[in-house]
This record gives sequence, C-alpha cells and structure tokens, in this order.
Amino acid sequence: MTAVIHASDLTKIFGKSTAVDHISFDVREGEIFGFLGPNGAGKTTTTRMLTGVIPPDAGTAMILGYNIRSEPVLAKQEFGVVPETSNAYTDLTAWQNLMLMGELYGLPRARAERRSSDLLGMVGLLERKDQKVQAYSKGMKQRLILAMALIHEPGLLFLDEPTSGLDVQSTQMILSLLRDLNTQGTTIFLTTHNMEEANRLCHRVGIIRGGKMVAIDAPEKLKTAIDRVHKIEVSFDHEVSADALAGLDGVIDANRSGDKWQITAENRDAAIRSLVTFSRQNGASIVTLNTLAPSLDEAFLRLTQEVQS
Amino acid sequence: MNPAGFSGQMWRAWAIAKKDIRIYYIKGPVLIFGVFMPLFLFLAFLMGSRQLPLSFLISGLVGMSLFFTATAVSPAIFPWEGQAKTLERLASCPVTVEAIVFGDMIASTLFGIGITVITVIIGLVLGLTLVHGITLLAAILLAACCFSAIGMLLAVPPTNVPSNIMMLSSLIKFPLVFISGIFIPLEQMPAWGLALAFFSPLTYFTDLVRYAFTDTHYFPVLADITALAVFTLMFSVVTMFLHKRTMPKRM
Repeated sequence: MTAVIHASDLTKIFGKSTAVDHISFDVREGEIFGFLGPNGAGKTTTTRMLTGVIPPDAGTAMILGYNIRSEPVLAKQEFGVVPETSNAYTDLTAWQNLMLMGELYGLPRARAERRSSDLLGMVGLLERKDQKVQAYSKGMKQRLILAMALIHEPGLLFLDEPTSGLDVQSTQMILSLLRDLNTQGTTIFLTTHNMEEANRLCHRVGIIRGGKMVAIDAPEKLKTAIDRVHKIEVSFDHEVSADALAGLDGVIDANRSGDKWQITAENRDAAIRSLVTFSRQNGASIVTLNTLAPSLDEAFLRLTQEVQS
Repeated sequence: MNPAGFSGQMWRAWAIAKKDIRIYYIKGPVLIFGVFMPLFLFLAFLMGSRQLPLSFLISGLVGMSLFFTATAVSPAIFPWEGQAKTLERLASCPVTVEAIVFGDMIASTLFGIGITVITVIIGLVLGLTLVHGITLLAAILLAACCFSAIGMLLAVPPTNVPSNIMMLSSLIKFPLVFISGIFIPLEQMPAWGLALAFFSPLTYFTDLVRYAFTDTHYFPVLADITALAVFTLMFSVVTMFLHKRTMPKRM
C-alpha cells in the first residue's frame, strides 16, 4: 500500500523543550491510524505539523505526495482537518460556515451547496442549518466541524480528539461516520486518548511519549507484544490434572481458577495446538477457550511507562 | 483552477473578506463607532475652532473617518480569531497567510470607504463644493488600501489578547492624527512637526481631500498620490512578510 502520510524525523522545539523529537512513521492509504499518547506527549504538535499549521524545526512530512512545507496549499487542498477545539465561526450559521469552507477549498457554488445539504443531513443538522453556531451544543458543533472538514470530499482526514467531552449519541454518530468514510476509501489519522475507541476503530496505532514514537503496530499485535508470556483460559467437560496440562508443549504453567484452567504459555500458538491435541487424546472436550490478551490500555500504560522509567 | 495560483488565492481572500464583513463589520456598535468617533472629534474642534474654515475641518473629518474606520477592526481580527481557534481553521485550509491578510485588508478597505462616503456626503450637505471628484475618489481608494495595511501591521505582534493590540493601536493612531495636518494646517506646524508629518500617510491623504474640496494643497497632487502609493506598497509587503513569520506563534 502507498503511504499517504510519510513523516521523517519530524521535530518541534519550543524554547528549551523538545515537543516532538525526530519521529518517523507512515500512514498507509485506506487505513485508520490511531495516534495515541498521554497529555503533553506531542500528539497535537505532530498533527499541527502534518497539517501545515505550524512548521517543523527539522524533518519533513509528505502528505499525499506533497511536501507540507514547500507545497502547503496543494497538500491542504487534498485533506480535511477536525482540530482539537471547536472552531466553527459562532457568529455564522452552520450553512454559512459550510459555504465559507466551500469557497476556501475552491468549490463551485452549486457543488458547495449540494455538499453542504448532504453533509448537514448526514450529521443531523439540516433542520438547524440557518441557526447561528453559538446556539449549538458541543456535540452539534463537533458534528458541524466534521462536516466542514468533509466539504471537499478529502481522501485524507485528520481528527484531533474528535469525541473528547461529547455525549454518547454524538460520539457514536461520529465514530459511525468515520467507519463509513473509511469503508468508502478515506484514510483517517485519528488522535485520541480513548483506548477503547482506538481499539475498535484503528487498523494500526502509533504511541508517542515525551515526543518520541515508542510503538507502531496493529492494536492486537501491540497488546500481545508487550507480554513475553501469554495467558490462555480453558475449561473441559470433565476433570483433567494440572500436571498433565503443565507438561504440554508450549505450556509453562497451569493454575486452576474455579471450573477453568489458566494456562501460562511461552508460545500461544503451540500451547493452543497442544491443548486441542490433549483434548482429543484424553476424550476431554473443550467447553471454552479464551486467549487473555492485555487490553490496549495496559499496552499503552506499559509502553509509555517503559519510556518514562 | 490551481489552488496555489494567484487567482485561486484571490478568490479565497475574497471569501475571507466576506466572512470578516459579515462577522466583524456589519455590527451596530462597529458602524456607530465608525461614524461617531471622527464626528465627535470634528465637532470638538469645530466648537473650539481657532477661526479654521469649515472646509478645512471637513477635509480633516474625511481624513479621520477613513483612517479610523480602516484601522478600527482589522488589528483585532487576528487576536480574536487566534483566541477563538478559527485562525487554526484558516491555517489548515488551502489558503496562504498572504491571502488571509489580504482578505482582512479588503474587508477593512471596503468598510473604510463605506463610512468615508457618509462623511463626504455630510460635507456636501454642509455646503461644500467638490472641486476635484476624481482626485477624491482615487485618494479614498488608495488611502483605504494604505490604512487597512497599517491596521494589519498593528496586528503583527503574535498575541491573542485583543485588548493588547487595541491599546497599541490607539497609542499609534491618535498621535498620527495630530501630526498629519488634520487640525493644524501644515503651514502652521513647527519644523519638527512638519518633519514628522512627512512620515505619516494620513498627511498626504488629508492634503488630497483638501485639494478636492478647496483646490488648495501643500504638496503637489502627484507627490501626494505617489507618497500614498509607496506607503501602501511598503505597508502591504511588510505586513504580509511579518504575519507569515508570526502566524505559527499564534497557534
């Protein structure tokens, strides 16, 4: 897959503090890339450099083939941005905000009007299109800003904490829209604090800590990669001995927990195969079998703490 | 159309100007301030007049109107938008800093011209005769561009606190009015005052307005127009260059 975002040695220094420290990564076409990190890690600064809002002090960012420093207008024409804080013009109506965006992206008026109607319908604001944005709730503003970012049908969308502080209804609507957009081919760069959101939505996540990238991988791989040993929970339809399980290929230890066994394995794949063979050979049917991977929260905490310590 | 091309950016600047007019200029308090501020200053001098003819003071009123209105709102737009984070929205759109600044300049130029036309009408109603209409028109257009560039120049310090900029703006604007031949004819100014007047674009505009209404002038008309054009070009280039440098600091 081609990289729609190619960041190379991106660096930003504010005074004596290095906010972003030579980070490099690619975001592939068609994926949802989650950009995670604790407060002050450099997420927003990175996003601002990628979107051409602030210049990097070192390094380069190629966005859809354009260098964001030397060809900012051409790059910006191809992507949409939903920044961290609501930034629609509150003295304008939703319709006027969208028409302004249409003009700033160089859309012909008829197309801007058609897109505005479609987008306002999509985010559930069509009936309130002539109301000034200052009367909107936070959720409504955020939905409008998403619509503003989509006016020109961008192939790449940057979102910085798009669901932060929103009610469940607005959050679900935005996440559902993002999934639909991605299905239609839009690449999404999502900055978020919400691990559950990243886990459910993202194909890959990058974790930044102290301005440095500490991990990039698929959420499931990240979760499993942080532990050298793996836990498997298994139950059989009749009694089996701990020694028999502990002696299986790939299994380190077996501990009883209620009617289940918690298996500690060095190699999860080998351990599962051994358990299935054991079950067949001993006539003990497997009732349940679960792999107990750490959550993305745990992976995140582990990865970010490792760098801190 | 190439979004990075000249015409593409000019369309975007026009969109920003329309947005500014809608949000910042067509507001009761702004319009009232635009008309009343120079009018009250004019009345104050009219009442305490030292035998200055009405035609002289009306020319000054026109000069003040354009100067105050074209620089009234523009210095605060960047700080307001920086505070509201809408500047970040603009910065992430395919529009250059120069186009954003130019858009703000167009809005303040149009606002300045609109209010100044009212003061010209006041002058005509009070019985003044317009001797050189074309010169007045050219002077208003040129000076409106020049003063709007000054307004944007005042917005260069990268603060997002509008009151800081408005204070700086007042500190520069009011002294400029008193050294530009609006209330004191250039002929009556001391040498040091005259030397300062040379550096004020308002001096040349007021001289042109006076020529348009009374057929008298201090500098040759061509010199006035050339000076205004040079100031306009210089302030426009400098303000765009400086805003390009300070814009990231506002984010």
